[in-house]
Amino acid sequence: MISAVQLTTPIAEQQVRDLKVGDAVEISGVLFTGRDAVHKYLHEGGKLPPEVNLRDGILYHCGPVVMKDDQGRWKVTAAGPTTSIREEPYQGQIIEQFGLRGVIGKGGMADRTLAACKQFGCVYLHAIGGAAQVLAECITNVRGVYLMDKFGAPEAIWELQVEHFPAVVTMDAHGNSLHKDVFAASQQKLANLLS
Amino acid sequence: MTTTALLDSLIELIRRTSAEIPGDVQAAILDALEREKKGTIAESAMKIIERNVQLAKEKSQPICQDTGSIIFYVECPVGFDQIKFEETAREAVRLSTKKGYLRQNSVDSITGVNDGTNVGPGSPTLHFHQHRGNDIHVRLVLKGGGCENVGAQYSLPTEKLKANRDLDGCRKVILDAVLQAQGKGCGPGILGVCIGGDRATGYEFSKQQFLRLIPDRNPVPELDNLEQDILRTANELGIGPMGFGGKTTLLGVKICAANRLPASFFVSVSYMCWAYRRQGIALGASGEITKWLYD
Repeated sequence: MISAVQLTTPIAEQQVRDLKVGDAVEISGVLFTGRDAVHKYLHEGGKLPPEVNLRDGILYHCGPVVMKDDQGRWKVTAAGPTTSIREEPYQGQIIEQFGLRGVIGKGGMADRTLAACKQFGCVYLHAIGGAAQVLAECITNVRGVYLMDKFGAPEAIWELQVEHFPAVVTMDAHGNSLHKDVFAASQQKLANLLS
Repeated sequence: MTTTALLDSLIELIRRTSAEIPGDVQAAILDALEREKKGTIAESAMKIIERNVQLAKEKSQPICQDTGSIIFYVECPVGFDQIKFEETAREAVRLSTKKGYLRQNSVDSITGVNDGTNVGPGSPTLHFHQHRGNDIHVRLVLKGGGCENVGAQYSLPTEKLKANRDLDGCRKVILDAVLQAQGKGCGPGILGVCIGGDRATGYEFSKQQFLRLIPDRNPVPELDNLEQDILRTANELGIGPMGFGGKTTLLGVKICAANRLPASFFVSVSYMCWAYRRQGIALGASGEITKWLYD
């Protein structure tokens, strides 16, 4: 088993800059979810609720399944990552504006996000797509939910307490991207196989 | 057939489809885990996937939070009341959403409103096929948005890929779809492909391929060859689980052909994620489940 770097929010810039592509990490602390609707809203100048402090924190591209128990408490029953590339038009700006240190998602992102990671000290953390149960088990508490009426449950901002949430650094703060490398290598391989 | 029994059967079908992947898919995932090199991030991705499959089943909760497009395929005898079935299926979807078997997953495309029911225009989708026997078979596929978004439709010839109107051209565009998808569709994935048809039927038939079992073989020799070739070649590309690099890019390839117009030559590629949710039931006279169609 690969040993994982432990990250606890809030995360210091230096710790993020020490990470490199291929590092396994485990995150403990607080994650805020945000996906398509939230990114577009923030890009267009929408305001975050005062309780949502993203500085030195991590944004999770996720639309969870959340149920209310008998006592009226929220419980996350499924919570894997959603595809991140849809947020590429907005992500760089949001990293800069809100001081993010990490973005969790799946499938990777492109050049503008990679540049923002390098400039502002942030990493892209790849969670395992579809692993909704393994990842929901890492969520120990739902601390709050914001913009639920506006965006609906999957698109709302959920504030989640997590322990040992597993992910892999696939884009680091040094300009490296596993996604770029794998795409280039597989494209070359296919060209060779077809020639 | 009583509405209550049918409703209960369909809710149970939805629950099991969302929480348990069928045995053939699970076996393919275990094979892939064995193949990945020890100590790599590809191997640890496959381990998490394998554990997730177990956990979802134990807890009877969704394998993936994106419980997907809800697609029913119903084989029914002549005289079967399709209207009543559809009404009951919509109610089953509504109740399954309340129970948390399905995420509140359906958004009005004009207003952006998610009313939380999963029922609306186009959701769920039902395909009815009459047959002359007495059996009623209901199959369900739940297909998430991540894998749906990496589907692709090519119109041949495609000059950029040097793909002409023949099986070699089909091979080139299908492999291009795999390359473009990388890990974004939650690989290792399964391809459903239709060669021919029009733009709508091509995609529809490509999705019907997901009703086949992973280890089955295509009865049409040319398509069987193409399936095996694409599977082998894709797994040489090194894209790997989640696009992390590795040995397993695809778990299976299923291809069908439909007639086309002389003017058109479409190749429609649907991508299914590893969280391949497919189940089916046979219904008895009063609407109860008499058999599960996939182990």
